[in-house]
Amino acid sequence: MKYLDEFRDSTLTKNLSEKIEKLTTQRWTIMEICGGQTHSILKYGIEELLPEKISLVHGPGCPVCVTPLEMIDKAVAIASRENVIFTSFGDMVRVPGSRHDLLAVKANGFDVRMVYSPLDAVNIAEKNKEKQVVFFAVGFETTAPANAMAVVEAARRGLKNFSILCSHVLVPPAIEALLSNPQTQIQAFLAAGHVCTVMGYEEYVPLSSRFKIPIVITGFEPVDILQGIYLAVKQLEEKKCEVENQYTRVVLKEGNSHARKLLATVFDIVDRPWRGIGVIPKSGFKLKDEFADYDAEKIFDVASISTKESSLCIAGEVLQGLKKPYACRAFKNNCTPEHPLGAPMVSSEGACAAYFHYKKVI
Amino acid sequence: MNENFTLNCPVPIAAYEKVLLAHGGGGTLSQQLIQKMFFSQFNNPLLNQEHDGAIFEIGGTRFAFSTDSYVVQPIFFPGGNIGELAVNGTVNDLAMCGAKPLYISCGFIIEEGFPMNDLQMVVAAMKNAAAKASVQIVTGDTKVVDKGKGDKIFINTSGIGVIEHDVHISPVNCKPGDAILLNGNIADHGIAIMSARENLSFETSIKSDCAPLNSLVEKMLSVSRNIHVLRDPTRGGVASALNEIAQKANVGILIEEEKIPIREEVKGACELLGFDPLYIANEGKLLAFVAEEDAEKVLIEMKKHSLGKDSAVIGKVTNENLKTVIMKTSIGSKRIVDMLSGEQLPRIC
Repeated sequence: MKYLDEFRDSTLTKNLSEKIEKLTTQRWTIMEICGGQTHSILKYGIEELLPEKISLVHGPGCPVCVTPLEMIDKAVAIASRENVIFTSFGDMVRVPGSRHDLLAVKANGFDVRMVYSPLDAVNIAEKNKEKQVVFFAVGFETTAPANAMAVVEAARRGLKNFSILCSHVLVPPAIEALLSNPQTQIQAFLAAGHVCTVMGYEEYVPLSSRFKIPIVITGFEPVDILQGIYLAVKQLEEKKCEVENQYTRVVLKEGNSHARKLLATVFDIVDRPWRGIGVIPKSGFKLKDEFADYDAEKIFDVASISTKESSLCIAGEVLQGLKKPYACRAFKNNCTPEHPLGAPMVSSEGACAAYFHYKKVI
Repeated sequence: MNENFTLNCPVPIAAYEKVLLAHGGGGTLSQQLIQKMFFSQFNNPLLNQEHDGAIFEIGGTRFAFSTDSYVVQPIFFPGGNIGELAVNGTVNDLAMCGAKPLYISCGFIIEEGFPMNDLQMVVAAMKNAAAKASVQIVTGDTKVVDKGKGDKIFINTSGIGVIEHDVHISPVNCKPGDAILLNGNIADHGIAIMSARENLSFETSIKSDCAPLNSLVEKMLSVSRNIHVLRDPTRGGVASALNEIAQKANVGILIEEEKIPIREEVKGACELLGFDPLYIANEGKLLAFVAEEDAEKVLIEMKKHSLGKDSAVIGKVTNENLKTVIMKTSIGSKRIVDMLSGEQLPRIC
């Protein structure tokens, strides 16, 4: 398929793999931030094409994985109400909360629907005015503009029965938190191409110079990822620390100014808890006060939910790149895609699920 | 499990107090339900064949018997409707046993208020499908349920077929070295259904591949007696079918991504929705495990048939990595193609 086959070309990947091999003189640890990249790396077996000296660690960029348990429990509580139609992207419905996931709520007879766009949820609200329609607005800067647009659109249509349960998080503060951890082994980052499509990459420049670390904005196909790794290794070997853009066919330095403007109109930046990691300052979005009527947390009384994580799950360390999924005692024993203990085992972007599915024997 | 391991799961969904949709998704959860609930209770030698149908002998003649229920939504979709699917599905299950399908039964569960016109269209499609597959619909049953207690129409079909040769086709019969043949493009049916669903507004020219495979199987059997396994990769797709066979036959399976036929439009739709086409349903496809020496002539015969023009050898059976399906990817590396745990869920981004 045009624009895809070129980036999955075996000759190009082989050439890049040889170039990386030639370039590498010592051990380097590189983190790919985005769960989409983790998925590609495992799905295409990209680690097989890298010299043994290069170690890839998987970052926290899986929206399903970092959405706090408390937020899932709030979603479950809201979805379990009679007058609610709870809408969500597909892979959120199977994430375990403290007691249930959203699929179990659906099996109990409540109205939980998977949608492909937040605007579908707005349309559902328009058609079901007697019900409260809630959309589970999770994700990074990538999904935030569409969710912001849904709120603006609901306001434009004068809908009084639409709200979002907002749990948006931001990548640069997470990078800062990871690098501030004295245990970190990360020496370079592959930044998430799609996040930068929206936000651009100016905000990565101070991070790169402050922590003296190469950051390469990277795409998601095998050729993209190998080229991103090549650029990162080249900087490391040459002792450089710059922000470089591998994903030039999509990402502009300033990002998508229209989307950024929309985000600034609808959301304020706040401290947010990340599942498995903890609260990261200024790392997420919340709806601005003028959009409070669309904030599900304000409409529904769900403030007093106490949560408890599995004591076996090491998702936090996996998400920070400190441990690989197979270092977890529960991996493949107590924790499987059928019975996930932690969110990284649920989404196809989660590192644990990717290891489980693609990397059992090879 | 390690005895020191205290099960401290915060998620009691492990207990599955209720049936989830994923129990019907064709993946690991479906397998567990079938094994733990049905096989353990109904346990008998015919059922334990774990085939698409039961094969048994009466008066020196071998027969195959199979059943399937159809709850597809929407009931009308590009390339067919639920009626056509119900006939072809059971015809194909019988064909995968190497049987010539003869007689079909049908049971209708209809929701009160279902338009008579729609019912007529479904029944007409069943009549045509039966004629095309050379089977007769010889018995049936009708139930109507209160509005809201069913979803428009559900159809069950059962079928019986005769095995007129002495080739023993069964998932356990595949052997290391067998070539794995596939009769054309994968994932058409699943994508056609998704494109017709209300909540997905994408337009595509993709049609369901819904078709009776019995005449193709007959042709294949006419040129080779070394066909060891036949399987129609319906719900759960090619990946689930291959995993089931690898597990039952205790073999390894190696497939090559680049050899698997798939339409550009289907590939595009899968990219867009975040689906892996290997797990998407087919309704007119078969996987054949054929002794290496016969693979070429079976492939030639398949390509002559209208339902096999795009046939290809997609992989082989090995004696490495037992019970596991491995795929050589388009970039030359290898990875596992696992059994899906539940339903494929569209990704956030």
